[in-house]
Formats: sequence, structure tokens, C-alpha cells
Amino acid sequence: MKFDTVIIGGGLAGLTAGLRLQQKGKSVAIVSAGQNALHFSSGTFGVLNEGAEIPENHPYMKLNLEGYLAEVIPFFASAGVVLKGNPLKNSWRITPMGKRQEARFFMEDADPLEGKDTLIGKKALVVSFPGFLDFNTSFLAASLEKSGTAVRIELLALPEMDRLRENPSEMRSVNVARVMDRAWNKVVSEVKLLLKGEDVIVLPQVFGLKDSAIVSAIRESFDQKVLFVGTMPPSVPGMRTQMKLKQSFEAAGGTFLMGDEVLSAEISSERVVSVKTRNLGDHALEADAFILASGSYFSKGLSATTEEVFEPLFGLDVNFSEGRSSWYDADFYSAQPFNNFGVMTDEKFRALKEGKPVLNLYAAGSVLGGADALRLGCGAGVAILSGLAVADAIAPESK
Amino acid sequence: MKMQEYTLSAHNFEECMKCTVCTAYCPVVPANPHYPGPKQAGPDGERLRLKDPYFFDEMLKYCLNCKRCEVACPSGVNVADIIQSARIRYSKSKPKLRDRILASTDFMGTAARPFAPLVNAVTGLGITKSVLDATMAIDRHRTFPKYAGKSFEGWFKRNAAASQEQFKEKVAYFHGCYVNYNYPQLGKDLVALMNALGFGVELLDKEKCCGVAMIANGMYDGARKHAAHNEKVLGKAASSGRKILTTSTTCTFTMRDEYRELLDVDNSSYRDNLLIATKFIYEKVNSGEVKLVFRKDYKAKIAYHTPCHMEKLGWGVFSTGLLKMIPGAEFTILDSNCCGIAGTYGFKKENYAVSQEIGKPLFDQIARIAPEVVACDCETCKWQIEMSTGLPVKNPVSILAEALDLEATAKLNQHE
Ligand SMILES: Cc1cc2nc3c(=O)[nH]c(=O)nc-3n(C[C@H](O)[C@H](O)[C@H](O)COP(=O)(O)OP(=O)(O)OC[C@H]3O[C@@H](n4cnc5c(N)ncnc54)[C@H](O)[C@@H]3O)c2cc1C
Ligand code: SF4
Ligand code: SF4
Repeated sequence: MKFDTVIIGGGLAGLTAGLRLQQKGKSVAIVSAGQNALHFSSGTFGVLNEGAEIPENHPYMKLNLEGYLAEVIPFFASAGVVLKGNPLKNSWRITPMGKRQEARFFMEDADPLEGKDTLIGKKALVVSFPGFLDFNTSFLAASLEKSGTAVRIELLALPEMDRLRENPSEMRSVNVARVMDRAWNKVVSEVKLLLKGEDVIVLPQVFGLKDSAIVSAIRESFDQKVLFVGTMPPSVPGMRTQMKLKQSFEAAGGTFLMGDEVLSAEISSERVVSVKTRNLGDHALEADAFILASGSYFSKGLSATTEEVFEPLFGLDVNFSEGRSSWYDADFYSAQPFNNFGVMTDEKFRALKEGKPVLNLYAAGSVLGGADALRLGCGAGVAILSGLAVADAIAPESK
Repeated sequence: MKMQEYTLSAHNFEECMKCTVCTAYCPVVPANPHYPGPKQAGPDGERLRLKDPYFFDEMLKYCLNCKRCEVACPSGVNVADIIQSARIRYSKSKPKLRDRILASTDFMGTAARPFAPLVNAVTGLGITKSVLDATMAIDRHRTFPKYAGKSFEGWFKRNAAASQEQFKEKVAYFHGCYVNYNYPQLGKDLVALMNALGFGVELLDKEKCCGVAMIANGMYDGARKHAAHNEKVLGKAASSGRKILTTSTTCTFTMRDEYRELLDVDNSSYRDNLLIATKFIYEKVNSGEVKLVFRKDYKAKIAYHTPCHMEKLGWGVFSTGLLKMIPGAEFTILDSNCCGIAGTYGFKKENYAVSQEIGKPLFDQIARIAPEVVACDCETCKWQIEMSTGLPVKNPVSILAEALDLEATAKLNQHE
């Protein structure tokens, strides 16, 4: 099968690049070995922590950062994903533990607070459901109280949830969200009865798995401010975003091979000719250009032995340091050098193999070296911006 | 690296990182609270079962074996294989008479076919359905697949076998019980289509039911016997270099992967030669070996449903790729959803409501799109979608046979 571009990995980076190329009129196939890091998303995209310096070898150094940041909100809107936030400045969100964390872009059910200490309100009503353990109301309440908001917790028992409660191990955010697709307006009317003069309502992110319209409908139902706070994974806003991107990619004519894995590649005179997958066997996927968006260690885009960190598919150059003891810091909370390791590329994101670029193989997202997402808060930013930049490098002309 | 090779156990069980992504994609979890869900039933439960079989939970029978958990797992864990092999190893429950009847597709076919009009009339009667419902717990809402008066094999021997000799290149065809007893037309369409593409069709030397329904209903010894038999006849065809084509995703998946993973039957003798017909055809068209001429007057609004096992096989692109080539087709690929029937599962009274609830998102989307025909490569999905939407469901092979100008196509494909 022949495409203009074949993308290895269907996470945030692969989908961003794929949708952009498909919008430019290219034919694209994405192969994805399983679900991806978006399923663990906080509901926000980090671009860069405040005050952090961009290191010399960081992927941002190879792209027009401000230009691409301005494109993020309209690009996601084209896929039906509403993002909020100032593209050039961080805002703050409340973590499931009640702490404050900075981020750049906010999905519809995440709420940008202007500053680290911005008070969410005078009195908050935190609402959850009996038996729902993935939303820790007492941690949340303790932290909110510490920052100056009085908190009351209410557990809302809905008959619609009874069936879920029969099986506590499966009472997860996504399954609650499926019930809420039908029961959300009941939550609204019940919460109205529970309110005792609170000026802010805090709800878990369990609404609108398929469509964020439910989230905005809930906000509009109250005079009070409504804040949505993340749950333990899987993440409802993250899954919704992944679904929307995938649907838009397919609606634009893209081919998504879910649950398949690229096993090998044929390289000839410095170009990738084709790749083979587990499901398609001998039937190779050919393309003019290839994008490696296979993620980091978590998604097996990078792998390690005790001697080396390597990229398993093409054997590309990885910027790891000599000697295993230099890969990590014994202090768990310090910056960990291994988070900085990844595939090396030239200025156009073409991947390097034995020091030379493979002429039609581009790398995007967390497989890239030079970006310690944990320390710099740049995980999603790298995935989105490198995804856009790589698509533009492959197809410079706009449609 | 080395160490991991030695610690790897069956079905990648210890690769699980407890992320619960599988649970988020399991169609049964939201519909049936008694089902523990893939993570609990699979890798989590396995840790306990390995310590003590006491921890085996009979509720694992609610798993549809749809493999959606495996397709979604970021860590490559074969969750459904873990669940099904636990059922094989530990389940103490004996299949009921009802389960045996539902599972014995080829025996039922042989017995019922000569009396087809009678059987169809009787199984279609309200009173029979009520009796089956009450005595056998087969849900009264179900429409039984009709039995055809003449089997596909019989038709083939009388009407097609001789004319296959004129073709130099040949393929073997595993038709399965459904084509043989319930819907010979699909087999006839395949023969007409392959002949037009320049290939003769041969039947296997006495195929047996792939056994998927036996696996689902706990009749493992029977399933193993069928697997061993089929391994011989498919292996024989493969050893003479034949590709073995199928028109059912589930038979294909069972003989390609479940024999090996669940029944411990080594199927390497034919595994690479077994493929769904659309994959074979797509590859021939793609390489330019075969040319297609479409009828100018063919128009249809088609929506394609990807069966769960097609999703797992990853071969949906071939069926959709071919359907997209039809100039007169207005074509949509439906969202990835399970139809809820899962073979014999949805026929059981205790599963009927769950089965319909699982399929609802799919039926709703079909209603919104309002196609003239739903395309799908699985016969049990066909029953379920036809019953639940009232729309006709056709195999892509039949749609192609209708959309092509078979005579003109045949002229272009006379292989030397
Ligand atoms: C648990 C977790 C939570 C995170 N949360 C946040 C957050 O809240 N905000 C934020 O800004 N950043 C977050 N990050 C950072 C994250 O890395 C990025 O946000 C981003 O989602 C990474 O996208 P990606 O497409 O590069 O990689 P991934 O999302 O990891 O996707 C890679 C995909 O490639 C597939 N793949 C790998 N190898 C192959 C192969 N050979 N063949 C086919 N497919 C293959 C994998 O199966 C996977 O689906 C998080 C990261 C992790 C691991
Ligand atoms: S998706 Fe895979 S890794 Fe995650 S819990 Fe399920 S089996 Fe484990
Ligand atoms: S095979 Fe299907 S029904 Fe069974 S656990 Fe996996 S997703 Fe659920």
C-alpha cells in the first residue's frame, strides 16, 4: 500500500502531524501499537515552565516557536477540540492532589487560573460520588483550605450509578463518564439543592467523554463558577481529545491502523523505502516520507539495556551519555538525565543514523532528544509543535 | 534485555502496568456490572489464579472475546487471551444443552438443512421462540439465521467444480458453516468474483467448523479436535502453494490466532497462507496483476462496519480499500464499536439486553447516516445489525460482485 506519508505512532505528535498533512491534501497512514500518553493527560498541555531556559539542543530551537504557538488553538479548533489559555503565557491548574501546576493550553474541562495563588473562591462545594475512589476529595479539600478557600464535600448518590457501584474495581473515570452522558443534568439539579451559599463548585473531570458540549452546558447551568479537576487515569479530557483528533484525521481521508505495530523498515541509499507491520505481514507500507512519533520509554519509542539507550525500530542515534551511573540522579526528585535522552535530528527534524540524516525520515514528539518534559514542562508542547513543524517540512506548500 | 526474555510469560502477562486503558475500551464493562473488566479478569486476576485456582471467577464467561482490550493496551498485553485461557484452565461449569446446540454450527447445519423450509418456519414461529426462550434460555427476540435448502458444497460440486479446471491459477476457499448452511449466496459471489479476476476456486478436503463457538461455550475438547483436523486440511492446501481465502473474519481469526494462542495447536503449516479474500484481491489490484471494471449503473450508499476481530487482525484497510474503489459508491467507515452479538453470546437470554446495549452506539450511528446497505465481513455482526437496524448487511465480496462488470473484468484478467 502506498501513501504520501506513513507515521509510526498515533499519540499527540503523530495525530497532529497526520491531521496537518491530511489537511494539506496529502494521503497519510498512521500505525499505532496501542493507546498513548494522552490517556494520562491532566487535561492541559504544557509548553515550558515559567523561567525555564530552553537548552541548546531542545527541539524548540529548530522551529519558529512563537509562530507555531499562535497556530495551536485554531489548529485544534479545526479538529473540534476547544483549547483555552494565552499561547504565550502560562496559567495554573489545580491538580488531583489540590496543588497548583502551570500549563499553557487548557482543554474545555480544565480551568486556567491566572496566578499560582489565585483564589478559586471564598467557599467551595466539592462534589463526588460514593465509591468513586479516583477523585480524592479529602486531599483536594485540604489543599484548597490551605490556600484560603473554605470547603464542603458532598457525595452525590445517583441511582444511575448503582450498577457501576456493584463492581468497585471498574468504577473508573471513563465508566462514570459514560453514565454521565445520560445523567449529567440530574447532577446539575441535585447539586443546586446541595448548595449552601458557595460561590464555586468543584467537579471531577468525568463529563463529556465524546463531546465537550456537556461540559459547557454544565457551566452554563450555574450562576456559580464551576471548576473541573482531574481524576486518576484514564483521563476523560485526554481520551476525548485523542478521539476527536483521530476522527478528524479519518474524516479528512487518513488511514489509522489501530493496534498494529511497525516491526521493520527497509532503508536504501539513505531513504526509508517501506515499513512492515505485525498485522500486514509481507504487505509493506510504502511512502515518500516517514515520521517516527513513537513516544518515549513509556510507549517503547525508546528502550534501554544496562549499556545503552536505543531507538528500537531504525537504530537511530540517541544522545545518551557514557556510563549508566550518569543517566540518573539518586535523588528521585532531581532532574533525571535519562529524560533528556532521545533521537537526534538535523535542523529539519530529519533523524540521524550514524551521524547522517536519513533523508525522508522525520522524528516528532517525545521520542526526540533534548527535551526533559518532566523538568521543563514541555511534553505536549514538543509533541504538538514538532508535529506541526515536521508536517510543514514534508509539505511546505499550503493547500 | 536478556533477562527479560527469560521472565516473559504467556500472553505478555507481566507487561501490564495497571493503567486501566483496557477497561476504558471494554464494551461489556459499561453494560454489565457483573463482569469484572479486562484488567481485573485478565492480568490482575491471573496473579491470584497463579497462586491458587480458587480465585477463578466464573463471571469471566461474560467476556465477548472481542479483543478490543488488546488493541487498546499500550503495553502489548494479550488481555483477552489471558481471560480465555483462564476459562480453559479453571472453569468448572459444564456447557448447558443450549450452549452445546448453539455451538454445534456444523452439526446443526447438517441436521437442519434437508428440512430447511420446515426448520425455518418452526424457528421463526412466535410459539417456538417462546418455547426456546423458556426451555433453552435462547432469547425470544432473536431471529434465527435461516437454513438454506441446498448447501454451498452441494451447489459447488454440481455447478462450479468442473468449470474451475480452466483456470491455471487457483485459490482454496474455506467457506465456513455459515456460507455452507445459511447463506450459500456469499460463496457463489466469491466464486463468480474470483473467476472474473482469473482465479479458479477449490474447496478444501473436508473442512470442519473453525470451532469459535465451541471455544466461547467452553467445549474445548471439541474445539481442539476441529483445530487438529483443520490444521491437516489447511496445511495440505498450503503445502501445494495455495492461498486459502475466507469470507468470515471470525473463522479466519480463530484459525490464524486462537488455535495457536488458546488451543496450543501449531498452525505454522498454513498460517501465512490463510487470508481474508479482500486482502488477497486488494493486493492483486494494488500490484497491477488484476484489473477491475466497474458497472456504470451501480450506485449505492454504503457504510462499513469493522468487526471486532477484523479490528484485531488489522485487515479492515483491505475491505475498505476495495469498497472505496467503487465509483458509484457513497462510502463511510463507521466508528469503531462492537455490535454486541459476539457469536452465540447475544443469543443467550441472560445476555440479550447487554448485547443490545453494547451495540447501541453503532445502531444509532447507522440510523444517522441512513445507508442503503451496511458492509461487513462477519456473519454474526450481519444478524445483529440486520435485526437491530432493519437494513441489509452484505459482505464486501458480495458488494464487489454486484458493482463489477464481471464479464468485462474477466476479459482483462485471463492469466497465462
Ligand atoms: C503518563 C504520562 C502523562 C503525561 N501527561 C502530560 C500532561 O498532562 N501534559 C503534558 O503536557 N504532557 C504530558 N505528558 C508528556 C507526553 O509525553 C506528551 O504530552 C505527549 O502526549 C507525547 O506524545 P507522543 O505522541 O510523542 O507520544 P505517545 O503519546 O507516547 O505516543 C506514541 C505512540 O507510538 C506508538 N508506537 C511506539 N512504537 C511503535 C511502533 N513500532 N509501531 C507502531 N506504533 C508505535 C505507541 O504505541 C504510542 O501509541 C505525559 C506523559 C506520560 C508518559
Ligand atoms: S491496558 Fe494493558 S497495561 Fe493497561 S491495565 Fe490493561 S492490560 Fe495492563
Ligand atoms: S475481549 Fe472484549 S469483552 Fe473481553 S475483556 Fe477484552 S474488551 Fe472486554
